[in-house]
Amino acid sequence: MSAEPDFDVIVVGAGVAGCITAYQLAGRGLSVALIDRGETPGAKNLSGGVLYTHPLQQVFPDFLQTAPIERRISRNQICFLNQDSSVAIDYRDARLDRDGTAVSVLRGRLDPWLAERCEDAGVLVMPGVRVDSLLIEDGRVVGVVAGEDELRARVTVAADGVNSFLARDAGLRPAPQPHQLAVGVKAVVQLPSDIIEARFGVDALEGAAIAVVGDCTRGVGGGGFIYTNQGSISVGVVLRLDDLTAKGLRSTEVFDGFLDHPYTERLLRGGELLEYGCHLVAEGGQAMVGELVHHGLVIVGDAAGMTINTGLTVRGMDLAAGAAIAAAVGVAEAIETGDVTAAGLAGYPKALAAGFVGQDLQTYARAPKFLENPRMYESYGPLLADALHQVFGLDGSARKPLRRVAMDALKGSGIGVGTIVKDAWQGARAL
Amino acid sequence: MKLPPIEARLAGNRFVLDEEESHIEIDQELARSTGTAERIIACCPAGVYSRRPDGEVAVEYAACLECGTCLAVSSPGALRWRYPRGGFGVQYREG
Repeated sequence: MSAEPDFDVIVVGAGVAGCITAYQLAGRGLSVALIDRGETPGAKNLSGGVLYTHPLQQVFPDFLQTAPIERRISRNQICFLNQDSSVAIDYRDARLDRDGTAVSVLRGRLDPWLAERCEDAGVLVMPGVRVDSLLIEDGRVVGVVAGEDELRARVTVAADGVNSFLARDAGLRPAPQPHQLAVGVKAVVQLPSDIIEARFGVDALEGAAIAVVGDCTRGVGGGGFIYTNQGSISVGVVLRLDDLTAKGLRSTEVFDGFLDHPYTERLLRGGELLEYGCHLVAEGGQAMVGELVHHGLVIVGDAAGMTINTGLTVRGMDLAAGAAIAAAVGVAEAIETGDVTAAGLAGYPKALAAGFVGQDLQTYARAPKFLENPRMYESYGPLLADALHQVFGLDGSARKPLRRVAMDALKGSGIGVGTIVKDAWQGARAL
Repeated sequence: MKLPPIEARLAGNRFVLDEEESHIEIDQELARSTGTAERIIACCPAGVYSRRPDGEVAVEYAACLECGTCLAVSSPGALRWRYPRGGFGVQYREG
């Protein structure tokens, strides 16, 4: 007979997934410990910075009013960036502002707020503690090991982030492959609010999110991002590891090149570096998620590879929150019935599959493969700019009709019509 | 904008240095023979890894931003990389 558990639930990792799981389980009257290795909760956490808020609004109805959000993202741009040109789609919508659909956040502020809400709900928050491994007896997870200490729980929640050491070390998750991972390199650059609003064309409290493809990564699979915070800009690149190593480029040289590109430089000019950081990004989509429950263990958020990159939207935090909501349902059920086997915890994967996380992972299951297409990063940006140059670059030579312009640009790009049709079809299917 | 070199760039971050224990161990022989050395030197955004004049890889663990990229591009056994002990390492204020 095992020792009596110290807690009903131990959650490892005070990020979005861990905090929301802990918060919801404490709200159901369970005893919950939330362990984080940061000096303060969230001190190890870093995101690009756009959060789609609906699952947070579901858990915290006052989220938009009380959480430390930076700006409501009402303007989205997708930009093909070349060396001397750029072509962008600019989408602005008052509905996004009204609904607070997406907000920019800085995890150094958001996560302590989440941890505080957890404490208010009765969670024991334990910062500054590194969990070394899962405590496993007879093939069952019965808690965690941290240094000399063993802490026991009926159910353990691995919310320990993209490296997912707890589940990996216990042989419960395979190590991800380099094509399923990208490194995000980011700077937070301080600028006065009024300058941000003027440069990005937004009102006070409103913000812009720019997704950049092409020269920003020197053709490496991935992209750049520029997000407005209240008094700073989050700017960075995300580089797929298989492609980065194949091209032999340094992550810092790609990042520095993007910040120094005239396009980016104009937006950051006069700014001051506040913080430089990096984070591993799961890019594998649904194929990477794998098994979510084991005897006494559930895996949530980045630790379960839950991210979606459609090229247009890059999502992780909302999926983490959605997974946390589903996990809380499954864990509470299992503890209530006294069955914490994988079968007893199956309410979690079931709720996940039925909700937006499972459905969206399914919808975008083909996106990672599509985004491995090198033409996205090397060819289509110059092609678009060349076509537009034939329209706008009046130089006294006779103009050609648009269909000829398109054909000429195509010929110049070296991409066949068939290839473009194929890419467009695959894109339409994947995204 | 041009950022300063990595070392100066990291000076604005908050680090709590674990003076007793490095969380990174490298097998120099395997790192060389498997090509891990080149990959981790190129991929690490914090410049933790560099080539020493004798050809071995120097590890500046105090600068680590704890992303795990090095481990992801390493060949099996060439690198032992763990998170620093609780409360140590980078402490993001912005995130």
